Amino acid sequence: MSAQPTSDETTVDLEAEFQASNIQEVLDKLDRELIGLKPVKTRIREIAALLLVDRLRKQFDLTSETPSLHMCFTGNPGTGKTTVALRMAEILKRLGYVREGHLVSVTRDDLVGQYIGHTAPKTKEVVKKAMGGVLFIDEAYYLYKPENERDYGQESIEILLQVMENNRDDLVVILAGYQNRMNQFFQSNPGMRSRIAHHVDFPDYGTDELLAIAKLMLATQNYRFSSEAEAAFAEYIPLRMKLGHFANARSVRNALDRARLRQANRLFGSRNKSLKKIDLMTLEAEDIRASRVFKEGALDLDGDETVK
Amino acid sequence: MMTNPNGIVTQGQFSFLPPLTDEQITKQLKYALSKGWATSVEYTDDPHPRNTYWEMFGPPMFDLKDPAGILMEINNCRKTFPNHYIRVMAFSSVRGVESPTMSYIVNRPKNEPGFGLVRQEADGRNIRYTIHSYATDKPEGERY
Repeated sequence: MSAQPTSDETTVDLEAEFQASNIQEVLDKLDRELIGLKPVKTRIREIAALLLVDRLRKQFDLTSETPSLHMCFTGNPGTGKTTVALRMAEILKRLGYVREGHLVSVTRDDLVGQYIGHTAPKTKEVVKKAMGGVLFIDEAYYLYKPENERDYGQESIEILLQVMENNRDDLVVILAGYQNRMNQFFQSNPGMRSRIAHHVDFPDYGTDELLAIAKLMLATQNYRFSSEAEAAFAEYIPLRMKLGHFANARSVRNALDRARLRQANRLFGSRNKSLKKIDLMTLEAEDIRASRVFKEGALDLDGDETVK
Repeated sequence: MMTNPNGIVTQGQFSFLPPLTDEQITKQLKYALSKGWATSVEYTDDPHPRNTYWEMFGPPMFDLKDPAGILMEINNCRKTFPNHYIRVMAFSSVRGVESPTMSYIVNRPKNEPGFGLVRQEADGRNIRYTIHSYATDKPEGERY
């Protein structure tokens, strides 16, 4: 961009700025690697557009306050909150909103101390580490424990609030947690709610999306479904969804891990045959269908589905 | 001070230069972070050159990525001790070095009275010299 002063008549090239920032590349990657999550992607696109337009406005000396980008991700287990947070750090770095673009992922343990006077230094240390990047607080509702009024979590929240207000240029705070618990958390901390501009809800995945996710996961690990296995897995997903403790993409990953175990076992059982590369890569229908979900429609207590 | 044209205490890096601005400090902090050094903020009101151990303002800061956090701590210290000497130290933990690698003053009292030369008559008409800070005549905390 030229450093010359711009008059009212000067035109700016949004397209050139867009190309220069490489945002499209990041957004494409997001589209490729994250299945579904429509509202999340829309919001990220909006934020990207806002930051880009803001940068153009700066050329006309149209100063506006730095937009507050603190976010709250809510959604059921396994809907990709952490994955998106990681991606967010990268996107904000590209857009020049944060300087370093690293993600510091913490939970209550890292913020709250064990005795009086321990919490403030601990929280401040974490905040300082996250400066120039993104502070991701997983299970943020644990910070506030209403049943114990002497809990130190409140102290930590107060420091966070202060930092979120005063050091807006230095770091972005992302809270994550399950929808209803986060709502409770915000109800008891209205200050927190108002300081977070973006509340993004992660929807549950549909069966098609879960199948696409499964295939993507396998591809990154150099595995593939045979066509029968794919059909079997498509049958498996709705069955598994009906059972308890279904954690979206995480459950899919676990199911695939178990299928890999069975595949290894199957190959081991047929040792006398010579194997090709494709055999080592392919999950067969029997690896999927051996799951307990098909046989009895139930899980073990430890969540293991294999018939013993 | 006797040989110092500005009449200010000169210790550590950059002390003959005009006071560092926040941007300049940020650049120095960035350099220290790029080397992986742990940075700490310390303060004192005893300017004697042999006073090496200053009070720590909070623990040293490890694993930081961005200077903003350290600058925040420096500004906190300036607010708490506006009339003290404040220095920033960088410590290298590399094996074989394991010692401070940077040290520079980022805050000093408005008025530095300087040092007097003290002569002591020793045995056989020998003279022993030492320096004495006028500021330390007053008790700690009331010096500047």
